[in-house]
Amino acid sequence: MSGEKRLSGWKSMSIGGMILEPGNFVKRPTGDWRIFRPIINHDKCIRCLICWIACPEPAINIMDKPYRTATGKEWKFSLEVDYNFCKGCGLCVEECPVKAIDFVEEVK
Amino acid sequence: MDIWERIPLTSNYAAAYAAKDADIDVVAAYPITPQTPVVEKVAEFIANGELNAEMIHVESEHSALSACIGASATGARTFTATSSQGLELMHEMLYIASGMRLPIVMAIAARALSAPINIWCDYSDMFATRDSSWITMIASTAQEVYDSIIQAYKVAENPEVLLPSMVVYDGFIMSHTYEPVNVAKDRAPILEYIPKNYSRPRLDPDNPITFGAIADPNWYYEFKYQQVIAMKNAYEVLSKADEEFGKRFGRSYGFVETYRIDDAETAIVTYGGLYGTVREVVDILREKGAKVGGIKIRVFRPFPHKELVDSVKNVKHLIVLDRAISFGGALEGPMAMEILTTLRLRSIDVDLYNYIVGIGQRSVTELDIINIYYHASKLIEKGVRLTESIYWGVRE
Repeated sequence: MSGEKRLSGWKSMSIGGMILEPGNFVKRPTGDWRIFRPIINHDKCIRCLICWIACPEPAINIMDKPYRTATGKEWKFSLEVDYNFCKGCGLCVEECPVKAIDFVEEVK
Repeated sequence: MDIWERIPLTSNYAAAYAAKDADIDVVAAYPITPQTPVVEKVAEFIANGELNAEMIHVESEHSALSACIGASATGARTFTATSSQGLELMHEMLYIASGMRLPIVMAIAARALSAPINIWCDYSDMFATRDSSWITMIASTAQEVYDSIIQAYKVAENPEVLLPSMVVYDGFIMSHTYEPVNVAKDRAPILEYIPKNYSRPRLDPDNPITFGAIADPNWYYEFKYQQVIAMKNAYEVLSKADEEFGKRFGRSYGFVETYRIDDAETAIVTYGGLYGTVREVVDILREKGAKVGGIKIRVFRPFPHKELVDSVKNVKHLIVLDRAISFGGALEGPMAMEILTTLRLRSIDVDLYNYIVGIGQRSVTELDIINIYYHASKLIEKGVRLTESIYWGVRE
């Protein structure tokens, strides 16, 4: 009852739990639900975008970042996980055809 | 100016006429005895062009109320009707309608609950919705059904309320018997009383919002408290709506109706169609010199504590006739329990004698009520206070 952050009371809340501001989830990171963290191996990744399609959140973003792999292959873009919203469901890990995503337990 | 046309209607048809005259936009319902004629009549109004509304055919009452919830969320004026098992099947959705603050209006022809199956009248179905946060009115005449449904929209759609509302009346005893009813020749004066208003929060592609999101333990409690306040507001709003209805149309009902109560020592309290019989019995007993009056509870939620206290201020004994059973309850008549709680909380020491009658539409005749009165009178003479309900007429 005596939390540090004071939440608004019934008088100032929207009635019936309606959310009057669309798309407001960007203000409410939900990544702290995660137990396992997907980590993309940019050297192994073949940029097929299957993980990008599979992610239900979606928390995998196509980033305008060129990348040169260890073997010298040039990619014009990279894929990155937005850990503010990734809930660690592991679908990307499961779907990746080249096993380029590691699934690592979160350690505090 | 006479805006009324007097025609014979059953309470079911009176409910359908009220929906038509309220110019509803959407109706979704599923047939169940004894409610079915309500929506059959509404379908007829739509088919012959008297009502421009969408009728959604669904596969169950759960779906019927779900469809109404979706429709109401878009801002449409929405109506449905059901009875008994249908209301039970809607039960989950009742809470969603009220939790999402949707002013749906529903007519209920009260009917007993299975098992064993019984299609006839009692109020078990209505009392099972007690805590669903629906405004609940119980009508005693077909006219009152018509008027209450119109008032129900006035209250439900009030921005200080925004709660769904049900209007309940006896299955068969009222739903299938004809009475003369004044219905509007033209719906314009009705719509002046309940103008359509789409300003409440609603699903609108140009201004998207979310309905029915999750509220975690940090938030859920406050949303429920908003409903508590909305129901408290409904008390005042309904009182004013009834008063305005009276001024405009010449009929008003109050929350509690009384009959020959001023010098009564004993009052017979009931609700629904049985109140008509109670008034007859009061006249008969008065002729024999008994100081008796009648009280009708018209509004069940919000419970009319002020009006009830006023109506019993000179009364010493109450005989409460209940048409439902709260099995294993502190008192097994659900309305008696509300009345007793209201009075005891205010230290009003009226003896209350609770009789269970009319279960599954077991006949309740004038003679039954006269005998109940004499039965209670004997207990009163002996100074016996009851701690249990009496099951009148049950065979051993």
